[in-house]
Amino acid sequence: MSADIETTNRRDFIVLAGNTFAAVGGASLLWPFVQQMNPDASALAMASIEVDLSPVKEGQAITVMWRGKPVFIRNRTAEEIKQANAVDVKTLIDTRADNAALPEATVATDANRVVKGKENWLVLVGICTHLGCIPKGQSIADAKGDFGGWFCPCHGSHYDTSGRIRKGPAPRNMDIPVYSFLSDTKIKVG
Amino acid sequence: MSGHSTYEPKSNTAKWFDERLPLARLVHDSFVAFPTPRNLNYMWTFGGILSLCLVAQIVTGIILAMHYVPNDQMAFDSVQAIKRDVNYGWLIQPMHAVGASMFFIAVYLHIFRGLYYGSYKAPREILWILGVFIFLAMMATGFLGYTLPWGQMSFWGATVITNLFSSLDGVIPGMGTAIVTWLWGGFAVGNPTLNRFFSLHYLLPFVIFGIVILHVWALHVVGQNNPTGLEIKQPSDAVPMYPYAITKDLFAMFVFLIPFAYFIFIMPDYLGHADNYIPADPLVTPPHIVPEWYFLPFYAILRAIPSKLGGVVAMLAAIIVLVFIPWLDTSRVRSAKYRPIFRWFFWYFVFTCLALGYLGAMPAEQPYIFWAQFFTFSYFAFFLLVMPIVGIIETPSRLPRSITESVLGKGHGGGGGQVPAGAATGPEKR
Repeated sequence: MSADIETTNRRDFIVLAGNTFAAVGGASLLWPFVQQMNPDASALAMASIEVDLSPVKEGQAITVMWRGKPVFIRNRTAEEIKQANAVDVKTLIDTRADNAALPEATVATDANRVVKGKENWLVLVGICTHLGCIPKGQSIADAKGDFGGWFCPCHGSHYDTSGRIRKGPAPRNMDIPVYSFLSDTKIKVG
Repeated sequence: MSGHSTYEPKSNTAKWFDERLPLARLVHDSFVAFPTPRNLNYMWTFGGILSLCLVAQIVTGIILAMHYVPNDQMAFDSVQAIKRDVNYGWLIQPMHAVGASMFFIAVYLHIFRGLYYGSYKAPREILWILGVFIFLAMMATGFLGYTLPWGQMSFWGATVITNLFSSLDGVIPGMGTAIVTWLWGGFAVGNPTLNRFFSLHYLLPFVIFGIVILHVWALHVVGQNNPTGLEIKQPSDAVPMYPYAITKDLFAMFVFLIPFAYFIFIMPDYLGHADNYIPADPLVTPPHIVPEWYFLPFYAILRAIPSKLGGVVAMLAAIIVLVFIPWLDTSRVRSAKYRPIFRWFFWYFVFTCLALGYLGAMPAEQPYIFWAQFFTFSYFAFFLLVMPIVGIIETPSRLPRSITESVLGKGHGGGGGQVPAGAATGPEKR
């Protein structure tokens, strides 16, 4: 055993090794107790849903539940698509596309809010970006606001036919979730 | 316990704190410098192991309570969801279920240590009685917890045990039924029962925690017993708790974790009952109702007495009698190490408890009934006959002159008071 205190010796090694082992052991003991609070398998299983679009005729809209939130799916008329395309993006309150599938900085043209080749289908998260109410506009009889899209009755936010905020206190366009077409009449959201 | 505090705050901050709330001093005096007998064997590590079990049960229990639903329609499924869906639920749920059994294994070894070495004798009577209260609270907690998964055994065990109170109808007509209805919150075990059992199951471990604090406090006032039963009389009889007793306790905890882990990972359901994987059915009684293994001896005593009230009284008496042991045992000598006759009866008592445990799991038929009655008699005879009588008639073996002598042999520590040369009673200095 080394009698020289200045050089490292077996005692220093074993103290360091022991403490490292204890730290690793402690972390691995703690991890399951932390991780158990994250969404469990049943929550993750509901993370993606499939929606059959065949009953939704032109001009109609449905609302589905995805990850605990309402998702608006509207089969837009040609008139609505034309209206959405006619808007100059620079005049929008929120110029970003807010499309989860595209980069943050993408501009909010209608083309960036839909899937190419399926421009009649608008899929967005139906939560007002102001304080979280569900805007009106899904059913035929609903008020759709000044821009023909959706209207939030809580504080008067108006959304257009592309779900973009045009008037009112909401700061952002309604979010487009990640979705893809599994077939012409079926999409997977999430 | 002996002498004043040797704590010296090392920094100005430590000194500032010590003048306002001497917490570091308390920890130092109780768990660092505290003189522990130098001859403690591994039977003295179960106190630390039990503390580990209590903390483990509380931590895993609080986590399970984040996912469990205490409603009769959803409880069973919520436990399955924990095992299947919750992240690491497959690990945390068995930790809790197996942990309950490990808790009782440890507490029984801890209690038998106390019985063998006379740790209940003066001046440790209060310490011992607090221990009995902890044991009672543990049994209540375990019973309540077992009802929560709402399997067949959960439901019918709850029905049987709450129905014990109906035996009071034999004392005052109607009183027993009123109490049972009050416990149930209905006319049978049902959702109100489950909900309140969940609340009480969450509560009691913290009651246990409080009694444990008193238990450890009472221990530190009188000091630990040791295998010789002699008191610490000189410095060489003891070693500071840190590092000696602390490392022994830590080592024992890790050894304890080995069977604990084996059950969790290899056979988590072994100590349970298969019938509890059947959802509770109020219209079907399982053919073979048994409580968890740690209740079996008391269950055997309950069933051994033919009378309904008598059985309940006997079962309660089997636990309450423990409170009186400090006064039932008449021996002047503490440790069974020096009590040859008592030692024989002690091991027979251990056998009695194991036999009662086995018989508690057997159906209520002959020849089991006879042997349950035989061993129930043996159980009570140990406390009510053996302890008073043997203490008086027995000639104890020659006691060593001191703890030091029992460790180092004759010629050492015969009351000299000095630390023998070469004995290390402090942390190694460099």
